[in-house]
Amino acid sequence: MLLSKLREALICFGAGRVTLPYPAAPREPAPGFRGKIQVDADLCFGCGGCAHVCPAGVIQVEDAAQLTRVLEFHWSRCTYCGRCEEVCPEGAIRLTSQFETATDRPQDMVIRLEVFMGPCQRCGRCFPPPTPLERMTAAGFRHGGDGGRA
Amino acid sequence: MLKRLCARAFPRALWVYHANTGACNGCDIEVIDVLTPYYDAERFGIRLVGSPRHADVILVTGPVTRQVAPALRRLLEAVPAPKLVFAVGSCACGGGAWFDSYSVLGGADRVIPVDYYVPGCPPRPEAILHGVALALGLVEKKVAGEALRQETIEELAMGVSRFGGGRDATP
Ligand code: SF4
Ligand code: SF4
Ligand code: SF4
Repeated sequence: MLLSKLREALICFGAGRVTLPYPAAPREPAPGFRGKIQVDADLCFGCGGCAHVCPAGVIQVEDAAQLTRVLEFHWSRCTYCGRCEEVCPEGAIRLTSQFETATDRPQDMVIRLEVFMGPCQRCGRCFPPPTPLERMTAAGFRHGGDGGRA
Repeated sequence: MLKRLCARAFPRALWVYHANTGACNGCDIEVIDVLTPYYDAERFGIRLVGSPRHADVILVTGPVTRQVAPALRRLLEAVPAPKLVFAVGSCACGGGAWFDSYSVLGGADRVIPVDYYVPGCPPRPEAILHGVALALGLVEKKVAGEALRQETIEELAMGVSRFGGGRDATP
């Protein structure tokens, strides 16, 4: 009984330091870690695909004006599933490895992006040239119809 | 302001009462992880206590179900002032994937005032430690709200960007 306690004490002495020096020294997450989302304003064209698949409803799309679409990313409730990154045709949304996201203000957990949309001359709907369909065709996607083109 | 108040009110130790308000147990396991010798939140004086009357901090995990909301309010009343509320996990910060479900209220701040948010699903133990260190004033906050904007076609045609960033000015 006593011997086993002594042995335990010896093991503890032999173990040395086990505690991470974390807040004092930085610690990178493992590769592939999914952290806070990041949006590239240069690439996003406002298709709303990410908003469609997001299980937590992080991404809210609002057509604020005829040519302006506002995307709001309320990432406080993001579940870091990575679906938005998977479906984004432009690679505009990305999950970074940033995990140090603690904050004292809820406003810090919102990303607002105003996307400028070009309107179609015929129907008035917005698209950026070239159209998403043309881009997908150029990228080698095969789709059913020819989208009204020859 | 809040930070200075914290430093004055809690110079040494924060005793934490952990309230699970419908979490899936992911966050709870990470909270326990933080208290192990490897992450060792106890070096900052963090200790779990068994009663809210002994606590300085309420740590909320989970999206606050309808059932538990009155209990959570009463729990906060039982904590002696000054008190802090930590919301740990995406559920407690904003409701997580259940934010609009019929049976949850969608986040701790719908019920009680929250002082610190630690998002993540679940947050890494390091992220929780970062939140603790932030509350103790040991580290700086690393996130901020972002407002991004693309240029309109007129601005592109003028070749100027009043807003910095956005699309490249040359088409
Ligand atoms: S990672 Fe998942 S939960 Fe987070 S914004 Fe993307 S789709 Fe939504
Ligand atoms: S981030 Fe990607 S998926 Fe989401 S609206 Fe922009 S282009 Fe579409
Ligand atoms: S934030 Fe994620 S891990 Fe934490 S309780 Fe909610 S679903 Fe579970």
